[in-house]
Amino acid sequence: MGETISDIWVYLAASPLLALTMTLVLFQVAQWLYRKAGRPALLNPVFLSAAAIVAILIATDTPYPTYFEGAQFIHFLLGPATVALAIPLYRQIERVKESALAITVSLLAGSLTAMTTAVGIGYLLRLDAISLVSLAPKSVTAPVAMGIVEKLGGLPSLTAVFVIITGILGGALGPVVLDRLRIFDPTARGFALGTASHGIGTARALQESEVAGAFSGLAMGLNALATAILLPFLWSLFG
Amino acid sequence: MLPALTAIFLCQLVGEAITVGAGLPLPGPVVGMVLLFAALVIRGKVPGSLAKVGDGLLSNLSLLFVPAGVGIMQHAARLEDEAFAVGGALLASTLLTIAVTAFVMSRFTPRHSGGQTHAASSKD
Repeated sequence: MGETISDIWVYLAASPLLALTMTLVLFQVAQWLYRKAGRPALLNPVFLSAAAIVAILIATDTPYPTYFEGAQFIHFLLGPATVALAIPLYRQIERVKESALAITVSLLAGSLTAMTTAVGIGYLLRLDAISLVSLAPKSVTAPVAMGIVEKLGGLPSLTAVFVIITGILGGALGPVVLDRLRIFDPTARGFALGTASHGIGTARALQESEVAGAFSGLAMGLNALATAILLPFLWSLFG
Repeated sequence: MLPALTAIFLCQLVGEAITVGAGLPLPGPVVGMVLLFAALVIRGKVPGSLAKVGDGLLSNLSLLFVPAGVGIMQHAARLEDEAFAVGGALLASTLLTIAVTAFVMSRFTPRHSGGQTHAASSKD
């Protein structure tokens, strides 16, 4: 019996279906728990389901690349989903036009705050130059952040981790900060979440409202552009 | 549904081609988003099937980050050494960025489209 089960496991573990199904099931369980518990920041479904999957992979001695062979089908949809952000943005085109000045000023303020505080605090906490440069574009969507860091001599794979952690922190705690500051304008909430925590913040903003989601997606794209232009320049002044 | 999905993939594909070809520091899908946006502006509306596919993808956007999130396990050893400094910098910087951006945005947003005072009661 025990042998049969392990045979079945060996067979399933090698097929992409297991990782794919596991991700879908655990994410829905995490979402259910999150809703049941009254949406507390710490039970963020991305964080909860990723943590559960990491625990299962470690317990079953499964390497990440094996898991990713199945999970890549979900990961792949990030590209098309990013393209689809044009839809809520188009629906909000009038508000975007109205807020053009606010968008430009907040983008600059947010982008500069993200880079300088990450590097500044990291410096005070005695991180080395490689960690600092890898940390600098942490608010920007992963592919852009990795590209920037590679050019500046940091570690792109480390940056990917920082980007994901930033997204989860911003998505989970951002709305709490915004409530505390009594900022309830959906355009400001969305724009802040997208600037600070890219796609994961945008996913959170879309749950608040379509307006917040549209402004968040816009902020994500604009901050990717702003950081790609500003960071190499700022880093040359700093180093 | 198929034409809508094809349109989205096509925008991404052309976006990827443009970023690689022109050496832009942007990811292909972000350029793809700009292309789709331009197409919608020209078309003047969002076709129903495109709205269905797009909204379907976006309503499950969080799920799509789970596989990348699990990737953190590959960097466990490095992160252990610098956990405090990295965690502190990420947490403080992210929350400060959200606060500063939202504050500036709400100061500069024209009053009538904002909802600082209107929406306040329902949220708190």
